[in-house]
Amino acid sequence: MAENALLITLLPLLSFIVIGFITKKAKMVSAMVALASIGASAILSIIVFIKTLGDKTPKEFSIEWLNIPSLGSLKGLHIEMGILIDPLSSLMLVIVTFVATLVVLYSLGYMKGDESFSRYFAYLSLFTFSMLILVVANNYFQMFVGWELVGLCSYLLIGFWFHKPSAGDASKKAFITNRWADFGFMTGIILLFVKFGTFNFGELAKLISGSHGAAFLTLIAALILVGPVGKSAQFPLHVWLPDAMEGPTPVSALMHAATMVAAGVYLIARGFILFESVPAVLAAMAYIGGFTAIFAASIALVQDDIKKILAFSTLSQLGYMVMAMGVGNITAGMFHLTTHAFFKALLFLGAGSVIHAVHSQNIFEMGDIKSKMPITTWTFVIGALALAGIFPLAGFWSKDEILSAALSSGHVGLYVIGILVAFMTAFYMFRLIFVTFFGKKRSNHHAHESGWVMTLPLIILAILAIFVGLTNSPWFYNTFGQSFGTFIFFEEAEVPHVNMAVAGLSTIVALGGIFTAWLIYIKKAVNTEALAKKYNGVYNLLYNKFYIDNFYLWAFDNVMMAVGKIFDLIDHKVIDGVFDGFARLLGITGKKARVTNTGNLQGYALVMFAAVVIIVIVMSTPLLGGVLK
Amino acid sequence: MGFHILFLIMLVPIIGALLLLFVPANNSKAPRLIAATAASVALVLSLVAFFNYNTQTGGMQFVEGYSWVPSYGINFTLGVDGLSMPLVLLTSIIIFSGVFVTWKLENRAKEFFFYMLVIASGVFGVFMSGNLLLLFLFMEMAVIPKFILINIWGSKNKEYAAMKYTLYLLAGSSLALVGIMAIYAYAGSVSGVYTLDIAKLAAIKYDASFQKFGFFILMLGLGVMVPMFPFHRWTPDGHSAAPTAISMMLAGVIMKLGGYALIRVGINFFPEGAVFWGPVIALLATINAVYVAFVAMAQKDLKFVVANSSVSHMGYVLFGIASFNAASISGAAAQMFAHGIMAALFFALVGLIYEKSHTRIISDFGGLAHQMPRVAAAFMLTTLASLGLPGMFNFIAEFSVFIGSIQVYPVLAVISIFAIVITAIYVLRVMQQVFFGPRNAKWDHLEDAKGVEMIPIVLLGGILIVLGILPGSIINMISSGIVPIAQKFISLSIGGLF
Repeated sequence: MAENALLITLLPLLSFIVIGFITKKAKMVSAMVALASIGASAILSIIVFIKTLGDKTPKEFSIEWLNIPSLGSLKGLHIEMGILIDPLSSLMLVIVTFVATLVVLYSLGYMKGDESFSRYFAYLSLFTFSMLILVVANNYFQMFVGWELVGLCSYLLIGFWFHKPSAGDASKKAFITNRWADFGFMTGIILLFVKFGTFNFGELAKLISGSHGAAFLTLIAALILVGPVGKSAQFPLHVWLPDAMEGPTPVSALMHAATMVAAGVYLIARGFILFESVPAVLAAMAYIGGFTAIFAASIALVQDDIKKILAFSTLSQLGYMVMAMGVGNITAGMFHLTTHAFFKALLFLGAGSVIHAVHSQNIFEMGDIKSKMPITTWTFVIGALALAGIFPLAGFWSKDEILSAALSSGHVGLYVIGILVAFMTAFYMFRLIFVTFFGKKRSNHHAHESGWVMTLPLIILAILAIFVGLTNSPWFYNTFGQSFGTFIFFEEAEVPHVNMAVAGLSTIVALGGIFTAWLIYIKKAVNTEALAKKYNGVYNLLYNKFYIDNFYLWAFDNVMMAVGKIFDLIDHKVIDGVFDGFARLLGITGKKARVTNTGNLQGYALVMFAAVVIIVIVMSTPLLGGVLK
Repeated sequence: MGFHILFLIMLVPIIGALLLLFVPANNSKAPRLIAATAASVALVLSLVAFFNYNTQTGGMQFVEGYSWVPSYGINFTLGVDGLSMPLVLLTSIIIFSGVFVTWKLENRAKEFFFYMLVIASGVFGVFMSGNLLLLFLFMEMAVIPKFILINIWGSKNKEYAAMKYTLYLLAGSSLALVGIMAIYAYAGSVSGVYTLDIAKLAAIKYDASFQKFGFFILMLGLGVMVPMFPFHRWTPDGHSAAPTAISMMLAGVIMKLGGYALIRVGINFFPEGAVFWGPVIALLATINAVYVAFVAMAQKDLKFVVANSSVSHMGYVLFGIASFNAASISGAAAQMFAHGIMAALFFALVGLIYEKSHTRIISDFGGLAHQMPRVAAAFMLTTLASLGLPGMFNFIAEFSVFIGSIQVYPVLAVISIFAIVITAIYVLRVMQQVFFGPRNAKWDHLEDAKGVEMIPIVLLGGILIVLGILPGSIINMISSGIVPIAQKFISLSIGGLF
C-alpha cells in the first residue's frame, strides 16, 4: 500500500517532467497528461483510503537520505525520506488529489487560449506533487521540504501572469511572508532534531511524551507554530493570501482548499503531540485562530471584489480550524478542513466561472447572473449555504463540531467569537450572492454559462458540499458504524455528539445573517452608501484591511531598506575609507620616501657621513662616561 | 590507480596554456578550442577520480609524491580526501563552464585563456597539495593572474577594483605565509624534524599559546580570502569589474581557497587555538551572513547584488567551520561546493544579459522573461538555490551548517538563519524587477540563450538539482574527510545546547 502511496506522489511529478520536457509545445496533450496522472493519483488515493480504514496500524517505510555521524556530545545529521500511511494522511491524499483533479479538469476550460497553457499544467502538477510529498511525510524534515516546494509552486502560480506587475508583487509577497514563517518553522525543527536526534513523527511522539511541559519544548512548539501561522495565513502573517488571488482563479481554488493553506492545519494535526504537551502554545494557537476568524470575517463584510471576499472568508475559516486545534480537538479541525476543501473549491471555481463570463471581479458590476448562468448560480448558492453552516450541508456539521469543542473546553470567549463569525459569514456570503447573482443587471455584461468541463466540477463539488458533512452525523454512524474520527485516527468510531443548543443557536444566527443580507441587498431596507458614509472611519478601516498591509509596506521601505542603505554606506564610507586610506597612506609614504632617492651622489655621501658620525657618537658615549651607562 | 591522475588533472591546464603560446595572434578559433579541450580533459579526469574515490576507506587517496627541496622538507606531494575531492571536481566544472561562457570573446582571447588556465592549475594545486608551501605557492598562482585579467578584460572601474583585489589578497597571503613559516619553525623545534608535510604537521601537538597565535594569523590571512567581515570589500568591486568567466572563477573557486585552507590547516593543526578564536569567527560570520545580505538588498547593479550575496553565503561557510563539529564543517564544505556552482551560474547569467544589453542596472530592465524565457528560468533556478530552497544542494549545505552550529552558538546561529529571509527578499526583488512585468519593447532585440551558451546553464543548474535531490553520496564523501578533523574537537567539549 505504501507503494501505492509512492505512486500517488510520483505521478504528478512525472506529469511535471513530461510536460516540461516533452509535450510543452502540444498544449492539449500537456493538459491531458496532467489530468490523467493526477486523476490516476486520485483513484489510487481513494483505494488507499478505503484500505487504510480497514487497517489497525499505520504503514510506514523510509530510506536513508543523508547521514553525517554524531561525534562526542554533538549531533550529526541523519535524515530519512519516507512514507507514512495512516487515516490522517490517506484522508489528505484523497482531498488533495480529488480537488486537484477537478481543478485540472476545470482549468481545461478556464485557461483555454492562454499562451502559457502547458506551463500552467506543469505548475499545477508540481504543486500537487509538492503537497503530496508533505502529506505522506513520516518526518518533519520531509514535511519541510514539501512545505517549501508548496510555497515555491504557489509563488510560481500566483505570479503566473508575470506580465502583470500586480501578479509579480503578489507572488513575491506570498513567498516572503511565508519565508518569515519558515524561519520559525525551520529553527523549530532544527532544535527538535538537536534535542531528540530524529525527525521521525513516531519516534518523536515517544520521546516528547517523556518530557512534558519542559521549557525548551515550549520554545520548539512556539517556533514550529510560526510555520502554520504563515502557511495557513493566520494573523499577523495573513497578508499574502488575499493578494494571492492575482493568480488564475482555479489556482486560488486549489490553494484555498486543498494545497498550501491546508498544509499548515495538517502540520498542526500531524505534530499535535508536540503542541498538546505545551498548554501555553496550544492556548496561543486557539486565540490566534479565533482572532483571525473574526478579524478576517469583519474585513470580508465590506469588500467588493468577489475573489477578495472569498479569500477573507478562507482566512476566517482557517481561523476556525486553528482555533479548533487550539482547544484540543484535532478531529473538529480536520473535519472542517475536509468540508471546507470541498465547498471553498466550489465557491472559487464558481467565482471563476462568473469572472470568466463577465470579465470583472467587482460584484457591483455584475447582477442578475442567475438567469444566464443557472448551474453556476445554484451550485454557488449550495456552496454558500454549506459555508454558512445551514443544516444539513457540510459546513453545518463541521462548524458545529468546532463551536461545541470551544464551548466544552471552557473557552467561552472563543465560543462567542465563533458565533459572531457564523453570523458574519452568512451575511457576507449572501451579500455576495444577492449582489452578484440576483437583482438587476448593473453593467453591460454578456454572461453565458460555461462549458461542461467547467460546470461538471461545480456539480460534483456541490454534491460533496451537501453530503460530506454527514460523515460525522449520527445517521452515518448508525448506518456504516463510522464517524469522521475514524478517518483520521485508528480507533473505534464514537457516536457523533450533536449539541442541540449549539447547533440550534448557530443555525439561527446563520439564518439571521442571510436574512439581514436579504433585507439590505434585496429589499434595500437600508441605504448602504449612507451607512458607509456615516461610519466612514470604520468602513475605511475594514475596507483597507485594518491598514496592516500598508503598515508592513511602510516598515519594509522605511526599516528594512533603510538598514540596507545604511549598511551599504558603512561599507563604502567606513570600511572602504579605512582600507583605501591605509593604501593611500602607503602610497604617500612611498612618494615622500622617494624624494630622498635623488640619484645625487654628493647627497648620498653626505647622508652616509652624517650616519657614520651619529653611530660613532652613540657607540662611544659609554667610553666617554655619558648617559648610556 | 595506476596513472598519476591528480598530477594529470593539474597539468592539463598548464599544457593547454603552453600550447596557447604557440597560437598565432590572428587565429581566433584555436584559443577557445584549446581551452575547451584542456577544460574537458580536466573535467573528465576529475569525474574519473571523483567516482573512483573510495568513501568507505576515506583518507588521502591517489597520493603521489616527488622530492623537491628535501632539505627544507618541501616535497611535491599530491593527494585528495573527502574534503578536497569535491572541490577538485568543482574547479573543473567551473573552468569548463567558464570556457563556454567566454566562447565569443574576441579581444585577446589567447591571453585570456592562457591566464585562465594558469589559474585553474593553481586552484587544482591548492586542493591537491599535501605540502604546506606547495599549497601556498599554488594559492599565489591562482590569485595573481586575476590582477591582469581584471585590468585588461574588466569593466567599470576596473583599475581600482584590480588594485583593491590584489592588495587585499596579497596582504592576506603574506599573513598566511608568516603563519606557515611560524608553523615550520615551531614544529621543527618541537619534533626535531623540519617538514612542511601537512599530514605530519597536523599530527604534532602544538602548545596552547602557539595555537592561539598561529590560528589568529591564519584566521586573518585566510579570512581575507573567504572573505570575512570586515575584509570583504574586495569582493563586490573585484567580482563586478571582472569579466564573466573570471567572476565565475572568483566566486566559484577562488573564494573557496580560504575556507579550504582554514579547514585543512587552521582548525586541523590548531584545534585549541581555533576553539579560542571560534566565537570571534562565528560573530564575524554572522555579520557576513546578515549584514552583507542587507547590503545586497540596497544594490542597484545586478552584479553587485550577486557579489554581495556571495559574501553573505560565504558567511555560512565560516560559521560552519567555526562551530567545529562534523555536521557544521561538512555543511561548510558542502556549501563551498554548492555556492561555487550557484555563484558561477549566477555570474554566467548576469554576464549573458550584460553582453547583450550592455547594462547591469536593475531598474533598466523589466519583463525580460518575454524575450529570454530560458535565461529567466535558469535565473529563477539560481534564485531558488540562493535562498536555500529544498531540492537545491545549497539547502542541504546550509541546513547542516545550521544543525551543527546551533549546538555551539545558539543565539548567533538563529541570527544567521534569519539571513534566509533577507536573501529571499533581495533575490526575489531582482527576479521581479529584471524578468517580470510587461514586455518592454526596448529589449526586443535581446536573444535568448542558445547553443553553446546553454552548456554552462544546463550543466550548473543540473548539478544543483541532482545533488539537491540525491545529496547522500557527496555528503558521505565530504564527511569522511571532515570526521577525522572534527574528532580532534571531541575532547575539547565545545557547545552542547540541551
